[in-house]
Amino acid sequence: MGQTKNVFRLLLITFGMFGFGFALVPLYDIFCDITGLNGKVTGPTYTSYNEELDTRSMKVTFVTLNNKNMPWSFKSDSPQMTIETGKDYLMNFTFTNTTAEPMVAQAIPSVSPGRGAKYFHKTECFCFEQQYLAAGESITIPVKFIIDPEIPRDISTLALGYTLFDVTEQFAYK
Amino acid sequence: MSAVIESHHGDHHHGPAKGFSRWLYTTNHKDIGSLYLWFSFIMLFVGGAMAMVIRAELFEPGSQIVSPEFYNQMVTNHGLIMVFGVIMPAFVGLANWMIPMQIGAPDMALPRLNNLSFWILPAAFGVLLSTFLMEGGAPNFGWTFYAPLSTEYAPPTVTFFIFSVHIMGASSIMGSINIITTILNMRAPGMTLMKMPLFVWSWLITAYLLIAVMPVLAGAVTMMLMDIHFGTSFFSAAGGGDPVLFQHVFWFFGHPEVYIMILPAFGIVSHIIETFSRKPIFGYSSMVYAIASIALLSFVVWAHHMFTVGMPIAGELFFMYSTMLIAIPTGVKVFNWLSTMFRGSLTFETPMLFAIAFVALFTIGGLSGLMLAIAPADFQYHDTYFVVAHFHYVLVPGALFSIVAAVYYWLPKWTGYMYDEVLGKTHFWLSFISVNLTFFPMHFVGLAGMPRRIPDYAMQFADYNMIVSVGAFLFGLSQLLFLFNVLKCVYYGKSATAEVWEGAKGKGLEWTVDSPAPYHTFETSPDLTKPQTNS
Repeated sequence: MGQTKNVFRLLLITFGMFGFGFALVPLYDIFCDITGLNGKVTGPTYTSYNEELDTRSMKVTFVTLNNKNMPWSFKSDSPQMTIETGKDYLMNFTFTNTTAEPMVAQAIPSVSPGRGAKYFHKTECFCFEQQYLAAGESITIPVKFIIDPEIPRDISTLALGYTLFDVTEQFAYK
Repeated sequence: MSAVIESHHGDHHHGPAKGFSRWLYTTNHKDIGSLYLWFSFIMLFVGGAMAMVIRAELFEPGSQIVSPEFYNQMVTNHGLIMVFGVIMPAFVGLANWMIPMQIGAPDMALPRLNNLSFWILPAAFGVLLSTFLMEGGAPNFGWTFYAPLSTEYAPPTVTFFIFSVHIMGASSIMGSINIITTILNMRAPGMTLMKMPLFVWSWLITAYLLIAVMPVLAGAVTMMLMDIHFGTSFFSAAGGGDPVLFQHVFWFFGHPEVYIMILPAFGIVSHIIETFSRKPIFGYSSMVYAIASIALLSFVVWAHHMFTVGMPIAGELFFMYSTMLIAIPTGVKVFNWLSTMFRGSLTFETPMLFAIAFVALFTIGGLSGLMLAIAPADFQYHDTYFVVAHFHYVLVPGALFSIVAAVYYWLPKWTGYMYDEVLGKTHFWLSFISVNLTFFPMHFVGLAGMPRRIPDYAMQFADYNMIVSVGAFLFGLSQLLFLFNVLKCVYYGKSATAEVWEGAKGKGLEWTVDSPAPYHTFETSPDLTKPQTNS
């Protein structure tokens, strides 16, 4: 009988589309990775560039933000630096746990403009792991980065932003 | 040809049971159709009352009668109720009543499922509306419930909202499976797909859209639920998720959803225009292909709702052009309606007035949609009252007018009585004037920069907002006239003939059965392979 077969087929579409809704999550991440959209930066990579490449100088600005209810103090040594593309640089960031409780924090990076994200390589970054600080403790950690000389000429400034999140609850067991 | 053939099995009882249990246990497509229609009628007044609160608050600048928090709850629930509680159930109700009668089937394919898909709907809205009585108040994040506003920053009642959306989705999916199965398996012999009435065609395509996207909505709210209660981070940047992902998932559902709310209207309006033009519809097959292309295009345009989130230029261009492409099949439909009326013997009974108003005003809504499709211009229009004007033009004088027209058109068939034509026309003219008074000035304040979803506004928008509010109150009151007319028809109407409308001759199987349509119709399929004798 065609009817049962039809109902079965339609139910299959329904469950398939429910699954597709969830499949959009990895698909979206893959899409952003490929295109470098959304200012998403990839994990640690070490690249060295040939000195003879056409390097130029540009500005990098550092933005530090606290997510809501995050009481830590979080600052970079200087808000901006002028750099040469293709060379290694270092910037210090200082974290202070201003509360009376031990806490765990996670910094999430974002590069703006998004088009520039795939030319921004961090060789060392605190954002690759969580920071655990006891009450009142303070720590300074450097970010090492290098900017690909291939970066489009019309980008004269890159902004590296970090948002600091309180992840104490998620990592309390550590 | 009278297709009503009473069978006389000894143990087979005819006609409905008595009392409330008739409605609770019914598996009759006409009963369930009526339940859906009355449910959406009641919800129209609930959602309408919320609109009145919104317009009263916006009558003058400054804080008037409700707190900003309550205003947000009103905006959110007005949207949710009108979309999921009024337009969608009303179309499903019309589908239940008319599809079996239009294809010559005795009932829906899955009658018990049909009963279930209706009765979980009042439960869903009971859950949603009960949040008004809870601590933290009702959902207040807009009907689009963008994360993290609807996850991290939501009131605790968001869990009830998620549960309620799940039930609404289940109801729509079950209804759609039923409708598709009915259309594919239960057509009278001789009714090939390309001979089906356009309302049936529009619903077949709509039902496919529903089973394709309602599960995605269910997925989106499930991810929200997990983010809120189970520590996942689909939409939270702290755990590596992304709030923009929510918008993509939501609008992947959301854009087909807005066509779900308009495609059945295309079917209804086609029937009404051909009846009162006393001509067959112009370009039947192009109408079918147009509906199908609109449905297919709806899957590749979703990001035009989010031009301002920071898309690459290629994305903006793709979604801009694909959106503009939709104007072509829609234009085909509008010109077909005009060509049907051209040189027809037109009469202007109430359903026809609403149908013509639909064509004119829906086109205005379509044109403002084209303006919004222009990505660079959208940066100016985004989240202003221009958007509010646009979607209210396609949903109120669009979808809602088509439902009102359908009720006036088929009410004599359902009840066996004529409605009051003078009252009907009064209802039309009051609605027509007030709907434009309400929504047209919104274009102007929107272009001038008035943001949507804000309980207060700058002084320069005051005059237009007062006009809009007056129009809204008038529109709200006019719908009471509609309710009165329906009740008057049911209790004091004059008897209607089987054909009801002079132009309905040969315009579909529903006009070959008595008025009111007997409790059971087409228990024996009409044979359409033979030449018709009724026209």
